[in-house]
Amino acid sequence: MDVLLGIGGSDDSVRALEWTLDRARAAGDDLTVAVVENPESERDVEDIVADVRERLNDAGVDAEIQRVSGNPGSALVELAESGEYDQLVLGGGEESPMGKIRLGNMSEFVLLNSHVTVTLVR
Amino acid sequence: MTPGPEFPDEPTGPFPTPPRTLADAEGREIRLRACDDELPEALVEMYVGFDSADRAQGVPPTGEGAIREWLHGLFSGDAHNVVAEHGERIVGHATLVPDSGGAHELAIFVTQEYQGAGIGTDLINVLLGHGAAEGVETVWLSVERWNHAAKHLYEKVGFDVTGSEAFEIEMTIRLH
Repeated sequence: MDVLLGIGGSDDSVRALEWTLDRARAAGDDLTVAVVENPESERDVEDIVADVRERLNDAGVDAEIQRVSGNPGSALVELAESGEYDQLVLGGGEESPMGKIRLGNMSEFVLLNSHVTVTLVR
Repeated sequence: MTPGPEFPDEPTGPFPTPPRTLADAEGREIRLRACDDELPEALVEMYVGFDSADRAQGVPPTGEGAIREWLHGLFSGDAHNVVAEHGERIVGHATLVPDSGGAHELAIFVTQEYQGAGIGTDLINVLLGHGAAEGVETVWLSVERWNHAAKHLYEKVGFDVTGSEAFEIEMTIRLH
């Protein structure tokens, strides 16, 4: 499958990256990683790109890394729909102190707008 | 994570403190008591039998092991808990869990056949009274956007809506 992974540097997006790499290795997926500018994340885009590159190397997976600017949700959906992607993968949300799952604005926008199948990684 | 919630400037209260014994709308005698230190076994039983349709944002988890692990986090450190008992049975539970910013997150669960009888309102009021007495200053919660009954209950108690992120609404209250 052609898989697009959208990540913004939060903990859940890093878990989504690890899950997607495992799957790509097992299934032979063609992977593109889109690093979004996430206003809710304290991490710099270049810092995230470097982290992604290192994890790709460690996993032995060859994938294209794209930087995505503008509104993260709409930019991801646009990218997913403009390419030949079968699946758009996102982090599954952060947990509150008492364990409630909280989804961000990017996830909501993608879930409600994407015509490409969406996977949230838990 | 997102920046912390914004809290009202003015405190709300006073709230009643536990223990309390009240009659619910069905005439059942319900006892509300604080239990911060010791996890009651009857609470594990309440969550093991909890209707999965009443779960919210992934809690309570399912399966006794996951439930015990989750409750362990709710009965440690600076967390505060109030349970509603009917006879030997625990039928409701409200909790204040500390976050990393000095505030507490609130959550409440009432077992299905005891819902709609006013126990939730009593539980929240007494939990806030207990929290205020224990020095809790600010409390926030998140509620699914479509859960109008819960949102109305929190507003009635004195919570303000302070944020609407994606699928859930954030509400806050100041106790001190």
